[in-house]
Amino acid sequence: MSPDYLIAFLASTAGAATPLVLASTGELVAERAGVINLGLEGIMLVGAVAGFSVTLHTGSAGLGLGAALGAGMAMALLFGVLVLTLQTNQVATGLALTLFGLGLSAFLGRDLVGQTVVPLPRLHLPVLSDLPFVGPLLFSFDAMVYASLVLVLLTGWILARTRLGLSIRAVGEAPHSAHAIGMPVVRLRYATVLAGGALAGLGGAYLSLALTPMWVEGMTAGRGWIALAQVVFATWKPRGLLLGAYLFGGVTVLQFHGQGLGVPIPSEFLSMLPYVATIVVLVVICRNPQTILLNKPVSLGQNFKAD
Amino acid sequence: MSRLEARPEPSRAMMLSSPLIAAIAMLVSGSLLFLFLGQAPLHAFYVYFIQPLTSMYGIGELLLKTTPLTLCGVGLAIGFRANVHNIGADGQLTMGAVAAGCVALYFDGTQAPWLLPLMILAGAAGGAAWAAVPALLRTRFNTSEILVSLMFVYVAYLFLGYLVHGPVRDPAGYNFPQSKMFGDAAMLPLLKEGLRVNAAFPLSLAAVAGAWFFCRHSFAGYRMQASGMAPAAALYAGFSEPKNVWIAFLTSGALAGVAGVGEVAGPLGQLQASVSPGYGFAAIIVAYVGRLHPVGVLLASLLMSLLYIGGETAQIELQLPSAITGLFQGLLLFYLLAADLFIHYRVKPRHAALPIVAKEAA
Repeated sequence: MSPDYLIAFLASTAGAATPLVLASTGELVAERAGVINLGLEGIMLVGAVAGFSVTLHTGSAGLGLGAALGAGMAMALLFGVLVLTLQTNQVATGLALTLFGLGLSAFLGRDLVGQTVVPLPRLHLPVLSDLPFVGPLLFSFDAMVYASLVLVLLTGWILARTRLGLSIRAVGEAPHSAHAIGMPVVRLRYATVLAGGALAGLGGAYLSLALTPMWVEGMTAGRGWIALAQVVFATWKPRGLLLGAYLFGGVTVLQFHGQGLGVPIPSEFLSMLPYVATIVVLVVICRNPQTILLNKPVSLGQNFKAD
Repeated sequence: MSRLEARPEPSRAMMLSSPLIAAIAMLVSGSLLFLFLGQAPLHAFYVYFIQPLTSMYGIGELLLKTTPLTLCGVGLAIGFRANVHNIGADGQLTMGAVAAGCVALYFDGTQAPWLLPLMILAGAAGGAAWAAVPALLRTRFNTSEILVSLMFVYVAYLFLGYLVHGPVRDPAGYNFPQSKMFGDAAMLPLLKEGLRVNAAFPLSLAAVAGAWFFCRHSFAGYRMQASGMAPAAALYAGFSEPKNVWIAFLTSGALAGVAGVGEVAGPLGQLQASVSPGYGFAAIIVAYVGRLHPVGVLLASLLMSLLYIGGETAQIELQLPSAITGLFQGLLLFYLLAADLFIHYRVKPRHAALPIVAKEAA
């Protein structure tokens, strides 16, 4: 494998990992506050179509990303109203959100099929990008890749070191105690769900604006679900997310490079890799009940209503 | 200003009427959407929801689409009652179709009467085998059955894609990704000449009856319901969770597999790159809207089937986008979940609480 090829491989890995990093970071925060949102796939799809549509019509990727963020938050608000205010079942509501997102995105994107936009520009950093070997390897990405990395670090810092993070964790571990000492449980959960929606929307838009700059119905192809699995894989800790997402990014890229490398395996089987890898990783993590029991937020999936 | 007050016990009236409220709310928002799309709402409403039911052919199509929804929905409901969430019915349906399709193609040319029963068995086995993996991983390694069953949907789609692009592609098919057409002996008999609804529909009714009997009269069914309603108590009573998971997954997988047979040995007549427009996912909505009750599932399937058919009619007659169907499906489930709030809570004006207290004090 030539160095050039390796560089190309690693660079596309970062691209494939970024939507997962964005969506799973948001989901991790919501789950730490006790809310599991199975609607991630639907939110990502609506984010993808909103980002693509606005970028196509305005020519501005920035506006597109903003629209995706807003659309993701709107979807998450719908989820929040149902789950947090109307006390609906989190699993059923999340599934409903995914199915709704599938329909809504197909509906909104019906005239967008077949069109393309200019992909997100790659940042050219002075000096750094021009370094031999290291430059193309580490400093050749679009802004979202760097932003997603900063986001994970920031999230880890907020959760572990700030008062806000402490409150979020308290609300996820013991909502009734948190309520008793005056924490706004429902408001905090709303905030984390909305943040999760915003990031899932951005993750979806990264697909339609950077990875494959077009809109295809159902183009997330299960990435929302993989992002949910990533949170388990990371055992609800941000630092595990990066490893997981880049691992999966690598596996996803492998399927495109497999044929280029002349691997005599039908393309369909290579395309199965990310899904099979997700299952294998879930098994490896979950087979030790201790890891899960120790780290999983105690109130995950349970609704809270102040008496 | 009003607030929610917990009911002393769940309202049975609301439990039964909330699916109806959800359906009406969906019809109303559907009409608003038609208006937004520049259609006369009443006319669009008629074309979408009434016109399909005005002809014998339309009713046949309705029952044709009801069949896979009922088969998948009944199976999913059994699991959902026990808090076992099989989300991968679309993959299990696909693998059922693959298994039945392979049997049909392997015995191509035979006129033997055992071919069709063998295909149905193969379909049920294919679906159950595909469902066994999430069940095994859940009971053995504690992995989320939701995520694993869902991942397996994509694997099933890709496997079917591999088959129709490779091993089972019709050599005389001009390179289309599809198998050759099945022989007559491999096709489910039609219920009535001129309609497309086939013998899989009575099979789905049998599944409804069987599921009703299982939930109502079997100890396993009681055990599963108890586990869903009071997990801790069920555990204390010695009810085994792994057993529930296995029953739920094998049953729903087999039924989804039979639904797959109904498609390939029915309207499709061959293996194609996709055998389901998302029946397995729509069946999740069907299960909830049907109150996780077998008869409710049948009624919800009829409604959901009408959404599919209406979508097709509206696309042809009004040039409305077909994606509306998915939008309506999602809305229906949202409205149901929101209406369910009133099973456990009632709305109470905020100021009404005071006088009662005052009266008691006096």
